[in-house]
Amino acid sequence: MTTTQRAAARPARAGRTARAGRTGRTGRPRTRRPGQVYWLYLIPGAVLFTGVIVVPFVMNLYYSMTKWPGIGDPRWTGFDNYARLLSDETFWTSFRNSVAMIVAMVVVPTLIGLLLAAVLFDYLGKRFSGRVASVLRATYYLPQILPVAVAGILWGWILNPQTGALNVILRGVGLEDLALNWLGDTSTALPTVMMVMIWVQIGYPVVIFMAALQRVDPELYEAAELDGAGWFRRFRAITLPQIRPETFVVTLTCTIAALKVFGPIYVLTKGGPENTTNVPSYFAYQNFFPKSQVGYGAAIATVLTLIVIVVSIVFMRVQAASERKEGLS
Amino acid sequence: MTAVPTVLRPGRPRRAPEPLPTGPDRLRRGALRWLVLAAAVAVALLMMAPFVIMLLNAFKSPAEYSAEGPLSLPSSLYTDGLVNFWQRVDYPGKLANSVVISGAVAILATVVSLFNAYALGIGRVKGRMWIVTLFLLANMLPQEALIYPLYYLAKETGLYNTQLSVIIIFTVIQSAFGTYLLASVLSTFPPAVLEAAALDGASSWQILWKVVFPVSRPTLAVLVIFFFIWTWNEFFIPLVMLIDNSTQTIPVALASLQGDRLMDAPTINAGSLVSLLPAVIFFLIFQRTLTRGITAGAVK
Repeated sequence: MTTTQRAAARPARAGRTARAGRTGRTGRPRTRRPGQVYWLYLIPGAVLFTGVIVVPFVMNLYYSMTKWPGIGDPRWTGFDNYARLLSDETFWTSFRNSVAMIVAMVVVPTLIGLLLAAVLFDYLGKRFSGRVASVLRATYYLPQILPVAVAGILWGWILNPQTGALNVILRGVGLEDLALNWLGDTSTALPTVMMVMIWVQIGYPVVIFMAALQRVDPELYEAAELDGAGWFRRFRAITLPQIRPETFVVTLTCTIAALKVFGPIYVLTKGGPENTTNVPSYFAYQNFFPKSQVGYGAAIATVLTLIVIVVSIVFMRVQAASERKEGLS
Repeated sequence: MTAVPTVLRPGRPRRAPEPLPTGPDRLRRGALRWLVLAAAVAVALLMMAPFVIMLLNAFKSPAEYSAEGPLSLPSSLYTDGLVNFWQRVDYPGKLANSVVISGAVAILATVVSLFNAYALGIGRVKGRMWIVTLFLLANMLPQEALIYPLYYLAKETGLYNTQLSVIIIFTVIQSAFGTYLLASVLSTFPPAVLEAAALDGASSWQILWKVVFPVSRPTLAVLVIFFFIWTWNEFFIPLVMLIDNSTQTIPVALASLQGDRLMDAPTINAGSLVSLLPAVIFFLIFQRTLTRGITAGAVK
């Protein structure tokens, strides 16, 4: 909702009220007086929002300043939990793993998604048929629609060191040495989880980017082609700048999702082995429930919230700045 | 997964791809295109591999699995895995729980979104910029920052381990997104229509249900479908709030079997298969509604 929209709305509203007031046939006051009746419709939403978001959020802030095992009365400790976080190695590991999750859920899927979308839309769609492209797109998108717990349990079985499909296949073709304990070894667990996340994520940028490519004016490409620009030049000079809004949306939403990732970690590794795959949200969960260190868990959750908000603001600033630059040039 | 709806944001008009003026004949020659196709198909096979392995092993006996491995076709239809899973997790019960929770959330969250968006987008109440920003922020909030207070409050109010608790929580979380989206869609609602209705003496309640609701039905349908799928796939909050066999949803029940010694290959694979089927079927049924809703939102 931009200021221009708001400004445009104002005269319309004034005109509407004036007319409605003047032409009241029966002379009774109009119920439709903007700003007077409409807020009533916010009441159910506001009550629910307060009870489920605002109050719990404030309570969580309070918990983060206390020591509390979940029963009895919380004991006020000020910023002790936050101080403790700074020297907690698991906390730092979990945020380092967040960076790994961003690589696996944002960087790699966006790059591969861009390439796949361009190839499907621009190359295969034209050289074979649109149908070939949409069937391929559907197969890439499939992992996106299944519940994350289902994906997790399926992969958990495939990657099981003894009976899992992957190692059985590897042993079957004589690659005994490659049959590792994928999720159980400290050196392979994180890369393996990252591979699973790439598999889960890839379809999303492909679908968004293919939709984005459809709204790019084909005349741009035609003109560039007549000027003798090759496929890659056209991709860089036309496609990338044209679909920048979608690229922005994909990277922002996926970065937030990567920072918040919980389900796959819970189902695949439970943060192990030795915390090598722990992430902030799972670390908070561990403290809330199995360990009953509610205050500490609340502090982790608060830090995570702050990071999510800061990242979103930075993203939007960068986006606004790049749009301004575009407008000037 | 949460990010899908960006496609239904009121977008710019789309243009159908047109063939290049040089004609398709020139494009349909050469060996390179077959190489590119082969590469794209190879990626597709990689993406499909886990599903193929799941299908191959869902109905294969454990003995055959250890003898023939995961890549062979099953020689006979072994259904013990499916039966085992079906009974151990009480699949029909979990399916009913998932349907009740997701269905209730989809409807309630859409109604709440419509009310909020009506006040914000059409009523243009004061401070709506701030309210929409607040909803947007709530949508980005990690659920971890709410979970313990919600758990505590649910225990205090006796809602812990009830489906109602999860329904209320997700109604709010989903409607935070719905309000944001719908408010911007409704803010472009043609004022002439609203004026005409007001001149005819319609109350704001009548305008909502007789004018705004019918016109925005395609967008609302898309919201219902997305809310249903998202709630269906939700994991964290149901995991914490629903501890009982009689209240759990399919994803939570399935995850609780992870690492269980009694889970052999056919049980896991058949279980995964029947657990992902509802989501896939739902998606296939409503794919057309979704596309229609998206274009309706784009053209307006």
